[in-house]
Amino acid sequence: MIQTEPTHERLHRQLVSRAEEEGLLDLAYRTVGSPVGELLLVRSGTGLVRVAFESEDHDRVLGSLADRISPRILSSPRALDRVAFQLDQYFAGTRHEFTVEHDLGLVRGFQRTVLERLERIPWGQTESYSEVARDVGNPKAVRAVGTACAVNPIPLIVPCHRVLRSDGTTGNYRGGREAKRLLLALEGSR
Amino acid sequence: MRPFEEIVVAHGPAVLRICRSLVGPVDAEDAWSETFLAALRAYPELDPGVPVEAWLVTIARNKAVDLHRARGRSPVPLAELPEAPQSALEPAGRDHELWDRLAGLPPKQLRCVVYHYIGGLRYAEIAEAVGGSEAAARRAAADGINALRRTYTTDETKAGASQ
Repeated sequence: MIQTEPTHERLHRQLVSRAEEEGLLDLAYRTVGSPVGELLLVRSGTGLVRVAFESEDHDRVLGSLADRISPRILSSPRALDRVAFQLDQYFAGTRHEFTVEHDLGLVRGFQRTVLERLERIPWGQTESYSEVARDVGNPKAVRAVGTACAVNPIPLIVPCHRVLRSDGTTGNYRGGREAKRLLLALEGSR
Repeated sequence: MRPFEEIVVAHGPAVLRICRSLVGPVDAEDAWSETFLAALRAYPELDPGVPVEAWLVTIARNKAVDLHRARGRSPVPLAELPEAPQSALEPAGRDHELWDRLAGLPPKQLRCVVYHYIGGLRYAEIAEAVGGSEAAARRAAADGINALRRTYTTDETKAGASQ
């Protein structure tokens, strides 16, 4: 969504800077290429708030964030340089942990508890949905754990791809099963 | 609500054209930045019925007036609006009825009216921006003004109150 005419690129960049200075940029976004397709990265004032796969339709995701968080949204690649860089390293196999501020404000309650727990599953390891349910102190909530993974707003960074079905099959994934298999292979767990 | 980025991409070029017309090439980029910054600030509260480009042009016009004042220049030169009260075409205020009427115009008429009477573009420039001939742009603006005059200024009380 960037104008090709240099004047407009310059004006856009200046607008982003002024908006940041005046605290008017509620959400900044950019896209990055990756082995699992183009990823949309969105950050709030607090940190990374959304990572979306191509299959989710980036325009639709931004439209929904406009309604849920704020329509004050501008494209600002610079604001997401750090995340983009760490994702590149991750896909190159040289980074096993992300050190970017993130914001789970889009999820509440039990789902949030589950996602916070997932952050403790290290690179290269996996857990089953029922193990996660047990870990969060609610062993019967296996399906609810599945739902929490399905609505994870920051996949990859919050590694819901490391949660598998108890029978060892991959299970569903927001970015598609193929993407999940690729990530597990990248981490050597498959 | 559409992400503000979409608004910048869709209307940025038209607003820059308007800014050039209102304040000249040197100050146009400043006016553009002030316009979009003010628009970004107000955007979450924008009534969904308000035509976005007309709203942006109105802000640009206000910013142009500010710039002229700051530079100690004469007021923004604008095309004379025949007969209809000038205030009727300054929808910067919270005149919901005027916004509704404007929103009800066919898109081309709306753009021609707004570009000419609020943005100060000449018909040749409008033709370049919206396509078609200069005569067609002039006619669309005239038709738009007539439609507005029929619907909006029939209420004398309201017309009087807005002056």
